[in-house]
Amino acid sequence: MSESNTISRRDFIKATTGIVGGVIAAGVGLPAIGYLVDPALKEDKAGKPIAIGKLEDIPVGKPYPFSFTLTRVNGWERTAANYGGTILRKSESEQDILILSSRCTHLGCTVNWNEEAQAYLCPCHDAKFGINGEVLDGPPPVPLAHFNFSIDAGMLVVVPVEVSQEG
Amino acid sequence: MMQKIYAWLDERLGLGEMYTALLDRPEPRGNWWNTLGSASLFLFLLQTVTGIFLMVYYTPSPDHAYDSIQYIMTGVAFGWLIRGIHHWGASLMVLVVFIHMLRVYFTASYKYPRELTWLVGIGLLLMTVGMGFTGYLLPWHQMAYWATTVGTRIAGSVPFLGDFILKALRGGPDLSALTLQRFFAAHVWMLPALLIGLIGAHLYLIIKHGESHFPGKDE
Repeated sequence: MSESNTISRRDFIKATTGIVGGVIAAGVGLPAIGYLVDPALKEDKAGKPIAIGKLEDIPVGKPYPFSFTLTRVNGWERTAANYGGTILRKSESEQDILILSSRCTHLGCTVNWNEEAQAYLCPCHDAKFGINGEVLDGPPPVPLAHFNFSIDAGMLVVVPVEVSQEG
Repeated sequence: MMQKIYAWLDERLGLGEMYTALLDRPEPRGNWWNTLGSASLFLFLLQTVTGIFLMVYYTPSPDHAYDSIQYIMTGVAFGWLIRGIHHWGASLMVLVVFIHMLRVYFTASYKYPRELTWLVGIGLLLMTVGMGFTGYLLPWHQMAYWATTVGTRIAGSVPFLGDFILKALRGGPDLSALTLQRFFAAHVWMLPALLIGLIGAHLYLIIKHGESHFPGKDE
């Protein structure tokens, strides 16, 4: 560089090439990274609430089994999975309801209410859950998950997302 | 420090010589028609990179090929851009390679000592067209399906061997999942591998012989 303030042609070309090259690299690179990590940035869509049935048809004081099918979309693939649960109306009150998932928290087998044992039994590894989902016996690490719900004009509507219960 | 590292590497790798051979070699007086080879190379690299990116989401199965491309176009961030570049880059590459060939023909650059460069170049042209042909089927939409039906039938019109060629291309008498799978394999591995080999030979020959200069008025 000469003493004067003017920039030499060579330095100007160098700087311009660097800047333009950087802009192009960012313009190409950032979308490329976005493209690759895109599935990780997608929000997990909660399933639409599912109407199970009229509240008046569900008995009080006894776990009442129900099931529903949930379709999940991953990219271009749709998978339908069956979910089961039990509704326990503890009293006549509309809010005094516990909806438990039937998926065993151990390895995912389906638990069933057993009237004699007064417990949810898992056929796979003899897990035993109490009427409120708490672990009574066997290998499960945490209680059964529950579903949130709402009552809409006498209909029981379940949000098909398992909510884990505190142990 | 950096200079020491560079000197150490240069002594062992010959970076300076490589730079001179690749980027600082004497050129005939500048002419835009002489840049078509480099443009083809650039497009090849562009197609390679965008193609690798497309493979992240694309599935070569009749059940999912179309859906996976729909997903790339609408579901993935910048998927439309990556596929758009690959789509238009493919057409552009065939065009640029072809004009490159015409340029070499009209300036008679294929003559001694560059006959082999020309022959390798013919291979490159065929590979490029092959890439276009195999890639065209992969979206698995109506246009792709019927274009490949017609294309393979044309190949099948060869006397005597035609039926065999048609079955070999399609992986059977019909256009099926096998066709899609083998076109995919050809498109992403076989043809690119051949292309890279031929490009290497082509570039070596160009660097060895230098570019031909355009004849002047008094020649």
